[in-house]
Amino acid sequence: MAESAVDLTEFRAEVVAWLRANKPAKPDFLLPETFMEVGTDSQFQYLKEWQQSVYEAGYLGMAWPKEYGGGGMPQAYQDVVNAEMSRESVPFVPNTIGLNWAGPLILAIGTEAEKQKYIRGILSADDIWCQGFSEPDNGSDLAAATTRAVKDGDEYVLNGSKIWTSLGTYAKYMILLARTNPEAENRYAGLSYFLAPMNSPGVDVQPIRKLTGEYGFTQTFFTDARIPASSLMGNEGEGWKIAMQTLTFERGATGGQAGGLSMHAMSVSDVVELARTTMLDGQPAIEDPLIRDQLVQFLLEEQGDRLCNSRAKISQLTSERPTAIPMSSKLRGTEHRRRLCQFAVKLQGANAARWVGDRQAIAGGMWQRSYFNSFSATIGGGTSQVQANIVGERVLGLPKD
Amino acid sequence: MSDRSAVKLSSQMAFSEEQSMLLDTATEFFRSKSALPVVRELLTDEAGYDAGQWQEMVDLGWLGLAVPEEYGGSELGLGAAVTIAEPMGRHLSATPFLSTQLFVQGLLAADENLKSELLAGVVGGAVGGVALFESNGNWHLDSPSAQVQISGAQALLSGTKTLVLDAASADYLLVLAALDGEPRLVVLPTSAIPSGAIQRETVIDETRRSFQLDLTRVEVPANHVLSAAQSTQALAKISEAAWLLLSAESAGGIAGVLDLLVEYLNTRLAFGRKIGSYQGLKHPTVDILIGLERSRSHLYHAATLVDAGESAQTALRMAKAESSDSFAFAGDRAIQFHGGFGFTYDCDAQLFLRRALWTQASFGDSAHHRKRLASLLL
Repeated sequence: MAESAVDLTEFRAEVVAWLRANKPAKPDFLLPETFMEVGTDSQFQYLKEWQQSVYEAGYLGMAWPKEYGGGGMPQAYQDVVNAEMSRESVPFVPNTIGLNWAGPLILAIGTEAEKQKYIRGILSADDIWCQGFSEPDNGSDLAAATTRAVKDGDEYVLNGSKIWTSLGTYAKYMILLARTNPEAENRYAGLSYFLAPMNSPGVDVQPIRKLTGEYGFTQTFFTDARIPASSLMGNEGEGWKIAMQTLTFERGATGGQAGGLSMHAMSVSDVVELARTTMLDGQPAIEDPLIRDQLVQFLLEEQGDRLCNSRAKISQLTSERPTAIPMSSKLRGTEHRRRLCQFAVKLQGANAARWVGDRQAIAGGMWQRSYFNSFSATIGGGTSQVQANIVGERVLGLPKD
Repeated sequence: MSDRSAVKLSSQMAFSEEQSMLLDTATEFFRSKSALPVVRELLTDEAGYDAGQWQEMVDLGWLGLAVPEEYGGSELGLGAAVTIAEPMGRHLSATPFLSTQLFVQGLLAADENLKSELLAGVVGGAVGGVALFESNGNWHLDSPSAQVQISGAQALLSGTKTLVLDAASADYLLVLAALDGEPRLVVLPTSAIPSGAIQRETVIDETRRSFQLDLTRVEVPANHVLSAAQSTQALAKISEAAWLLLSAESAGGIAGVLDLLVEYLNTRLAFGRKIGSYQGLKHPTVDILIGLERSRSHLYHAATLVDAGESAQTALRMAKAESSDSFAFAGDRAIQFHGGFGFTYDCDAQLFLRRALWTQASFGDSAHHRKRLASLLL
């Protein structure tokens, strides 16, 4: 035990040194803060090169099996890297859907051929992944998916459309939930799961302009699009089960992620720093007793959530409702971030009225943009309201709507 | 969230096998012995607790958990006492466990002779308490108006203490009074208190027994007065123990009221549906759960730091602030979601709200602690 602790200490020092030496220079454009906000080619290229450099250094997928391109090491090493990346405030790695959702899923239930084909490209950022779950007419109600997949020889023919596709413009593959059997005994049983190539004929990607005025999401249209039948994951009719398993990775409820940051780490401390420099009614915001009280409330929440992660590792202290902490993680984290960004805008006094692009906007208008973008996490991946239903029903055992 | 922040907080948490076993035992103990009908019966009982149940707790060694081995305790620490206080709070049990633990923590700072005279008695079931607060409602303990004067071998007390928990059951109290303008703690055997000097107070939590203590003509041997340094240390230890154990009772209380509420939401029908199916009730109930999870996490982190002898003030104040607010919110919503029944005395939700409000007011409410945290962290 003592020996491995020493090893990790040395390893940590090595990681820190590498990060400091290789952290890329700040670009001359405002970087996105999460993988969902990548909107320009220059932003994408910058972040992709960073992921390549991290992978080549051996700091990504460290706990994934060696034979598919991973490091084959204990998870503890990747945990050290993740923590130090956050501490050193390095950029995030953009292929989050591959690294944290599709990758762990393929490793967990994929065939040998699927692992050989996909894992290495996920890590190296050669193959960017996107997700096709939500549809225009049924946002959080995934089981209502109407995109059709009809088998035709050794191909499936796709018709329909998916929306809120992050990285859709850059993705080579999509994890896709589509309906193979509209006559199944229930709506869940008619769904199937595909690892769909995006460069197939009949797949059309249209950028969506966000509330911020920027681009970052796409809508994907399938018009008699043909994909190989081998893109089907598992069997027909297993789509719902596999999609739910994907969501456990997305919500951080299970381990197995490749690692790296998926967003610019933001903490209450950043807002405390902001409060030191902004003026409210003629005094630094940090001196206002009401602001101080609210900052402490945010710190209480942030520390409470961090300590929930500590407690989640102690089974005797979670035995009554073992799923409470992981299943509420997205709800707690995303709502905290949204309210924190909202508060950061309020700290700017009259300058709160400014927006990105204004010469006098505080921090380039970053907080205003962050607040608007924070809705992507409270809406995407199941809205907070759906999350609260899930926690209420599955953790507390309350009746369904 | 990021660790690189200017506000650096530890996220340590440890939980021993002993604590785990104690938590299991205490959970089962209070579930079986402190069902809500039992709690209600005790509301009008003079003592407010069942002597037999208290004796069982003594026999289980729970009064000595935070007492050093040399005085007959098991020296497991306050983190072990937390595992008793949490299920005790969940079932609204109101034994003098809390007040006795605070007495022990204060006494540990005293002279050897006082410790060897009194601590073994506590382990064996003697009840202790602390008399700190006064009618100004102030949580600051640095300038009491009660006085103590040394006269030869005797110490003479004067003034009035209020909100003294369990004073009528106590064998000993630690009384806060000023000696030449400095706060001192005085060990007061309740046998030295004249009859009529202890008056019952009416407090919002009817499970608690709270008293006013008139110190006029109360005398103790002069060596029962702790030194200035001992008193400072004792007050710090008492406060820390109070924040920790009240946070534990509150975390338990949130779990208790959540059980009550979830049960009702799953049974009561309105407009042909179980009321728990309505999002207007479901979602705030999830907020209660989140408050519970954060409160327990703050609690066991604070307990970890206290047991490790590390600086725990920030963690303790955070635990007290979070659990006090979350418990009060839970009690408030539990009453509302019981509808008309919630407005009646018969609905148990009010018992929990009363407990929450009493706890909020004890040893600093959440706004008080956040104010201190702002100085510590910002």
